[in-house]
Amino acid sequence: MLQIKNLHANVDGREILHGIDLTIRAGEVHALMGPNGSGKSTLSQVLAGRDTYEVTEGSVTYLGQDLLAMTPEERAHRGLFLAFQYPVEIPGVNNTYFLKAALNANRKARGDDPLDAMDFLKLVREKVKLVELDEDLINRPVNQGFSGGEKKRNEIFQMAVLEPKFAVLDETDSGLDIDALKIVANGVNFLRGPERALLVITHYQRLLNYIVPDFVHVLSEGRIVASGGKELALKLEREGYGWLEAGAPR
Amino acid sequence: MSAIDSFRHQFLEHAGRRQGHEPSWLSLMRRESFERFLDRGFPTTSDEDWRFTSVAPLAATEFFLDAGSSGEEVQSLLKSHLGEDWKRHEIVFVNGRFAPEFSALGGVPAGVVVERLASALESHPEDVEAVLNLNPAEGASVFHELNRAFLADGAFVLVPEGVVVEHPIHIVHVSSAAKPAASHPHHIVLAECGSEVQIVESYLGGDGLPYFTNAATEVVAANGANVDHYRIQRESESAFHIGSQRLLQAEGAALQDHALSLGGRISRVDIHCLLDGEGADLTLNGLYVVKGTQHVDHHTVIDHQKPHGTSRELYKGVLDDAASGVFNGRIIVRPGAQKTNAQQTNKNLLLSEEALVNTNPQLEIEADDVKCGHGATIGQLDKDALFYLRSRGIGREEATSILTRGFIADVSERIRIAAVRDAMRRFVFAEAA
Repeated sequence: MLQIKNLHANVDGREILHGIDLTIRAGEVHALMGPNGSGKSTLSQVLAGRDTYEVTEGSVTYLGQDLLAMTPEERAHRGLFLAFQYPVEIPGVNNTYFLKAALNANRKARGDDPLDAMDFLKLVREKVKLVELDEDLINRPVNQGFSGGEKKRNEIFQMAVLEPKFAVLDETDSGLDIDALKIVANGVNFLRGPERALLVITHYQRLLNYIVPDFVHVLSEGRIVASGGKELALKLEREGYGWLEAGAPR
Repeated sequence: MSAIDSFRHQFLEHAGRRQGHEPSWLSLMRRESFERFLDRGFPTTSDEDWRFTSVAPLAATEFFLDAGSSGEEVQSLLKSHLGEDWKRHEIVFVNGRFAPEFSALGGVPAGVVVERLASALESHPEDVEAVLNLNPAEGASVFHELNRAFLADGAFVLVPEGVVVEHPIHIVHVSSAAKPAASHPHHIVLAECGSEVQIVESYLGGDGLPYFTNAATEVVAANGANVDHYRIQRESESAFHIGSQRLLQAEGAALQDHALSLGGRISRVDIHCLLDGEGADLTLNGLYVVKGTQHVDHHTVIDHQKPHGTSRELYKGVLDDAASGVFNGRIIVRPGAQKTNAQQTNKNLLLSEEALVNTNPQLEIEADDVKCGHGATIGQLDKDALFYLRSRGIGREEATSILTRGFIADVSERIRIAAVRDAMRRFVFAEAA
């Protein structure tokens, strides 16, 4: 589904990613862990198409196509979704209105008819239960007046409505209490399936108790320095990131 | 021929034709106004009030008073405006003249007067004279003087004491001519004690030729009256539009004024508000959306004369391409106007690198027990928000439109007439009806 090869990326002329290689197949869940500043968020923003990051080398192939040549909206149309680490507040723009515009833009790009107001409302009612968000909340301006946890749940709610093929969750767990974490994990697990893949970026192992990954990768200073199964996350939890710098074998 | 020369010729003919066929006070007012106009001439950018708005292209154009019109064009402009639902109380003027064939005044409630100013001069001469002579020299702009010099027609609305008019009264001015037309419509709205009325003024015009709409409006809200007033300016992109508007409020009167300026090549609206009674409550709501090389200018003056007055002013602008805008908001609190609460906000969204706006809040506070605040901002689209929307699959153009909609949301929420709110969205975002 996704093949990242030797990906280098700069921000403000400074290289953050120094050659990432990562392959994710349909049906898989990959966790990407690593200390602050290792480049986790840079990778997620590059995948979503943020133009403040400049790719200087390497390639990303998504469903057989050159991902880096696509605009952010084209990536979404082909089923890519990023749950933001810091969801943006947009005053004056109703959350549901925004989501309907997004869903219908995706449907249009895929050649489907837009959902009408009634069908959309039905879909929203169904999906909002997944993340236990207040229906009042989803009719407010986008993320405005939402608590940190509500913002993250709103990301997962959007994901549930848009039903992406490949989703990147950028530290969706940070700042969540254990109940919110479980709700988010439930929402994510609901979407798991043989046709979809996930890249879960996290700082902590605890999310991976609820979203159990097939593979775990460790990012350090812009490179993947270790890859393994879910036991790698437990080792990181026990021993921290220090052992990686000591030059442990990959 | 320059505009001034053409006006001089027209005035001689026009005033001569009217002499003896109108009240003598009106002939006198015309002459005096025209003399003051000639005396002052068109403003230049060295006038403080016109520093950022040049009317040189207007001054260089020759205009005609009787320029003919195309009924078909008028019909189609009206049709694409607010639609048929507005046919209830609609008074239409074409090139400054009452157009009964497009107007619909049948259903006006008993006691309420909606007629052309030319008739009101006979039916309500004292009212008309009193309003036109209000505050004559002080505060009248050159264009207001020019309007009075050529005063011929406009709408006259009178709502008697205690009467509540259920449906909005729509006053429409349409420019449609075979040569550059100059129109000087003058509208008067009198809301007597405790009455309630909604007035919508619209300004439309045909594409192509330049024309000049020099409109004046006077709104008087007597004790406890409630007036919700809209002015929708959708002139063509070759048009010069000048609006001089005076709002007068007596004790406990509530007035909401909404200025929506979307069209015109050069558009300038002066709104002068006099809170002349205790506890008067004023809302000034403004939205200007311009693109191309359009220029739009709003000058508002809120004059708190009496205690316990409230004014809330919110003006927002969206400027694209090489468009430019001016907001000048002056708030005066007179020595006696204690316990005044005046808040002013002007926010501007620039959608391009070349768009430009000048914003200038001015507070003049001569009382000591007041609450006054103002704020002005000029900014661009939030890049994070734009990326957020695009990452969800919304294309750049639609995302820009959604964010713009969000930017003006508080202005549109203040619009009480749902049909106007919907129409505004349609005009601003080119939505289908």
